[in-house]
Amino acid sequence: MSLLEVNGLNTYYGDSHILFDVALNVERHEVVALLGRNGAGKSTTLKSLMGVVTPRSGSILFDGHEIAGRKSHAIAQAGMQLVHEERRIFGSLNVEENIVLAGMTAPNRWPLDRVYALFPRLKERRTSRGTDLSGGEQQMLAIARALVREPKILLLDEPFEGLAPIIVRDLLATCRTLADDGQTILLVEQNISAAMTLADRVYLLNNGVIVESLSAQAVQERPELLQRHLGV
Amino acid sequence: MINWANFISQCFNGLVLGALLALISSGLTIIYGTLGVLNLAHGAMFMLGGYAGWVAYSYTGSFIVAVIAGSMFVLVVGVVTERVIIRSFYARTPEDQLLVTFGLGIVFVETVRFFFGSLSKMVPPPPGLVGITPLGFMFYPTYRLALLAIVAAALLALYVVLYRTRIGMIVRAGIEDAVMVGSLGIDVYKVFMLVFGIGAMAAGFAGIVNAPVVSIAPDVGEAILVQTFVVVVIGGVGSFPGAVLGGLIAGEIISITSMFDPGYSYVMLFVAMTLVLVLRPYGLLGTAGRE
Repeated sequence: MSLLEVNGLNTYYGDSHILFDVALNVERHEVVALLGRNGAGKSTTLKSLMGVVTPRSGSILFDGHEIAGRKSHAIAQAGMQLVHEERRIFGSLNVEENIVLAGMTAPNRWPLDRVYALFPRLKERRTSRGTDLSGGEQQMLAIARALVREPKILLLDEPFEGLAPIIVRDLLATCRTLADDGQTILLVEQNISAAMTLADRVYLLNNGVIVESLSAQAVQERPELLQRHLGV
Repeated sequence: MINWANFISQCFNGLVLGALLALISSGLTIIYGTLGVLNLAHGAMFMLGGYAGWVAYSYTGSFIVAVIAGSMFVLVVGVVTERVIIRSFYARTPEDQLLVTFGLGIVFVETVRFFFGSLSKMVPPPPGLVGITPLGFMFYPTYRLALLAIVAAALLALYVVLYRTRIGMIVRAGIEDAVMVGSLGIDVYKVFMLVFGIGAMAAGFAGIVNAPVVSIAPDVGEAILVQTFVVVVIGGVGSFPGAVLGGLIAGEIISITSMFDPGYSYVMLFVAMTLVLVLRPYGLLGTAGRE
C-alpha cells in the first residue's frame, strides 16, 4: 500500500472549481514532483492534502487512514508536513522558538542538534527573530520546522522560488541528503531542473487535471513530454 | 483652578486609569489578534467581573476572595462563550461577528440588571488600604496607589505568560498566523478558547479591582469599551506592548483633559487616535498585515 493515495479530489475556492478528480499516489521513501504551469492547481493540491483548504470531495488515504476533510492540526499529527510557498515564518518568534513550537506536539521529534547539524546556518542565527532572516534562511527554517516533527511525508511548495542560485544549490543538496536518507517528499516546483535532480517520478498538472504520470527516466529520455504540457 | 498639586494628582489618576485601560485592552487585543474577532462584549466582561466580585464580597466579606471570584467567573464565562457561540462565527463575516458580540454584551448587561437592579454597588477597599497616603508633595488615596501596583503586577503576569511560557509562544505565533500554527500540529481551536478566556479574565479582574474606586453598575462597561477600542487602535492591533503604551497615553489624556473640562476628554482621546491613524496607520507598536 502506498503511503499516500489520493483519488477523485475536487477542491473549490468559493464557486470556482480548481482541482478536478485529482488522483495521485506516493510510495514510501519516494520523491515525487508535481509540475505544471502557474495556476495549474499545484499549490492547491498540497494545501488540500494538508487540510489548509478543505476539499469538497475525494479520498486522501494517508498511511492507511482517511484524512480528507480533517483539520490541518490533526493531519499534521498524523505525520504530514507542508512547507508553505510563503514560508510563513513567525516573525515575532526567534529561530529556535519557531523550531521548538513546531516540535511541541510531534510524537517523535528531532533533537535540536540534529536540526542544526542539517542547517548549521540556523544554529548561528538561532536567537534572531524570524523577520530578520534572509530569504534563504527563512526557507531553511521553514523546512527545519517541518523536519523537526519527523514527518512521514514532506510536502514542499516551491522551496527554491526567489532564492539566489548558490542558495538553491545548497538547499538542493540538503534535500538530496534527506531523500537519500529515505524521506518521502512530494514536491511542487517551477524550477524543473531542480525538481528533476530530486524526483523519482513526476505528475503533470494542467488546469486542475492530472494529465500525465512519468518516471524520471522517461522524462530524461523524452524531454518533449514535459514541453508539451509546460510550454518550456 | 489649575495648580501644580492638582496637576500632579491628575497625572497620578491618569497613570492609574492608564494601567487599568492597559490591562483591559491587552485582553481585547490578544483576542482580536488571535481569533480575528472584535469582541464588543469586552466591556460587559469588565462589568461581570465587578458584579461576580461584589457577590463574593457580600457573602464572605473578603476582598481577596472577591478578586479571585470575579476573575475566575469571567474566565469561565469567556471559555463557555467561545465554545458555545463565538466558535460558530469564525467562518462568518466580520459584520456577523460584531453583531453577535454586541448582542452578547446586551444580554450580559440586561441579565445583571434583571438580577441586581440598576442601582450602583460598592465594594470597599480591603482594610489595610483605606484612607490617604502622604507622598510628601501631596496626599493620595491609598487604594489608588495599591491599585497601580495590583494592575502592574497583573500586567507583569500577563507578560510572563505571553513571553516566557510555551502557551504564550503559541499565542504569539497564533496572533501572527493561526493557520500556520495549525499546520504545525497544534489545535488552534483550543488555543482560541484559552485566549478568549484569558482575555476576558483580564477585563474581569480589572472590573473587580477597580470596584473600590468607581462603584459598579450594569452599564459601567460601556464607557470602558469605547476607551479600550481607542487604546487598541493607538497601540496597534494584536500588540501587547502597544496596549500597555496606548493605555497609559489614553489614561493621561482623559485625566489631564478632565482637569480643564471633562466634556472634552473624549474629544482629545479621539484626536489622539486620529493623529496616530494618520501618522502610523498600524498603531504605535503595531505591524502591517493586521487590519
